[in-house]
Amino acid sequence: MSLPALDPGRLGQLLRKEFRQMLRDPRAKRLLFIAPIVQLLIFGYAATTDVRNAKTFVVDHDRSSDSRRLIAALTASGYFRVTGASERPADLIAALDRGDVLMGIEIPRGFAADLGAGRQASVQLLVDGSTANTANVALGYATRIISRFGLERGAEVAARAGAAVPPAGVDFRARAWYNANLESRVYNVPAVMGTIVMLMSLMLTSLAVVREREIGTLEQLMVSPLKPLELIVGKTLPAVVVAFLDLILVTGVALLWFGIPFRGSALVLIVSSVFYILSGLGVGLLISTVSNTQQEAFMSMFFFFFPAIILSGFMFPVENMPVAIQYITLLDPIRHYLVVVRGVFLRGAGWSVLYPQILILLVMGVTVLGFATTRFRKTVA
Amino acid sequence: MTLAVEVRDLTRAFGDFLAVDHVTFDVPEGEIFGFLGPNGAGKTTTIKMLTGLLAPTSGGGRVAGFDLRTRAEAIKQRIGYMSQLFSLYADLTVDENIAFFAGLYGVTGSRLAERRDWALEMSGLGDYRGRLTGQLPLGVKQRLALGCAVLHQPPILFLDEPTSGVDPVSRRTFWDLIYQFADRGTTIFVSTHYMEEAEYCHRLALMNRARLIALDRPAALRARLTEPILEIATDHGPAAAQALQHAPGVIEAAMFGRAVHVVVEHAASAVQALPPFLSARGITAHSITPVHPSLEDVFVSLVRREGGVVVG
Repeated sequence: MSLPALDPGRLGQLLRKEFRQMLRDPRAKRLLFIAPIVQLLIFGYAATTDVRNAKTFVVDHDRSSDSRRLIAALTASGYFRVTGASERPADLIAALDRGDVLMGIEIPRGFAADLGAGRQASVQLLVDGSTANTANVALGYATRIISRFGLERGAEVAARAGAAVPPAGVDFRARAWYNANLESRVYNVPAVMGTIVMLMSLMLTSLAVVREREIGTLEQLMVSPLKPLELIVGKTLPAVVVAFLDLILVTGVALLWFGIPFRGSALVLIVSSVFYILSGLGVGLLISTVSNTQQEAFMSMFFFFFPAIILSGFMFPVENMPVAIQYITLLDPIRHYLVVVRGVFLRGAGWSVLYPQILILLVMGVTVLGFATTRFRKTVA
Repeated sequence: MTLAVEVRDLTRAFGDFLAVDHVTFDVPEGEIFGFLGPNGAGKTTTIKMLTGLLAPTSGGGRVAGFDLRTRAEAIKQRIGYMSQLFSLYADLTVDENIAFFAGLYGVTGSRLAERRDWALEMSGLGDYRGRLTGQLPLGVKQRLALGCAVLHQPPILFLDEPTSGVDPVSRRTFWDLIYQFADRGTTIFVSTHYMEEAEYCHRLALMNRARLIALDRPAALRARLTEPILEIATDHGPAAAQALQHAPGVIEAAMFGRAVHVVVEHAASAVQALPPFLSARGITAHSITPVHPSLEDVFVSLVRREGGVVVG
């Protein structure tokens, strides 16, 4: 941007006006500063794939102390809660069909006898795969609990049989780094922050410009000596400030309310956020060049925003997407920013690790905003 | 005589649609120049090109002596513009609107104070300066919008249907203001579709379907219509106008408010012939009287002859 082309007097007038309007309207203030906090609070709780007290149906054909101990091990973990039991497998299937339970466990006759004889014992688990994420997590927990039970019980049997050495086994101790309890909230709250900041950036510029087009003041500005570039700077600068305040607010909520750790450098977060916000403002400005009414602007905004979230890796890991789509995700600023926020918050990642993402965000911010600026100048001048 | 606006073959196309088609005219300094025509005739598009909001497709012109294709920045400093939207910020106070628009033109400090007092006085807003603009009545808002458009004292003022939607009293007050500006030498370029407002202009350009079909003083335009005009009062205006198109001795018939205006070959014979003609079709004429041609009559007549009339 060629700064000398800007007249500080005119730009100052526009900036003063923008802030005045923003701070005057109580509705606007709520939208700008309260809504992001409320969103983070709600989404922060909603965006969780953790399994707690999952409803479980038990069909115990064995009715032995071993089978009861196995069920007790499952419920004692806190992940599962028995909400139904029967002797007929059909009841378990009916419960799954109705969606009454997430998981069913069927323990065959001879379970205890097999264990006691040191033979391989089997147990059947059925999960409701229509909720794939939760089912996966539940299955993982259940498998871990059941195999540990098998190992312990096997060791007991071996000891009773007088074996000098317990059967050799691998002592498998997995530890999740950066998020010891694998709480999905710790992982998701920083991502929610990223999407909220993007939404605010998009809205701020697109609506600010389109509103003026609607009431005719944009035309009034364009017949004045105000230059298109001055108009763009006058519109984006306040948006950067507000988007940044929002970032600080949601970071505060993430740290203080959700107790999300912040292990990295604030400077890395700030710098990459500026680039990220610029790319959002650029897209918002582009939207404003193709929209005549605020309604149209809203439509276009969501046309960008939803795909950007789906492709960002927020909900579905990018690594699991088909390769062609993985390439498309490279164009998504949210995707790169999520890598940065998750890295900075949870892993304490710094420049040396995050520089590819930060560079991409910089390039995106500059090109999108630059392109939007030229388009904007063409449409208004 | 210096020209405030010169336009040569000004043309603007939107795709295949010609919004303004080779329009040529001059406006001398200090004139109140009226732009008259129905909606969609090309008035707004012409004004947008003259104020730098739209680029011409071909042709061009000069505003305040500057080429509108190359010197848009110089032109912007020297014109004021007010659209039918009375574009002010509803969520800013009267004072803040004035300070903002003045500031865009570099009017600040003591000159701002002086111009603000002038604008407040002109729009009768002295007591409302702290009020939010959105709460003002329409007529007052319109005067404030005018005031804001001339804070930088431009020599040329463009008004695009500045009185649309405003009550007749406010309209009259508004025109008093326009006269005051013109008296001080400001060139006024005003578009309207109110015929009675057109009478206030020094000269009138009639536009129809993208083309300029006449340009003259209002009286001279009226004088062009030499055939007599009859005004027929009836309860069935549209039906009467329709039927009269084909009546003997009638050149044309058109609605005029609630009445019908008929251009005829001979007034006396038509006064005799038309009432029976109408009653034969079940339409009662309450009265039938010769009238002086209004600008609307002229307009209707010129549109009929479109192509035959060039700039006067």
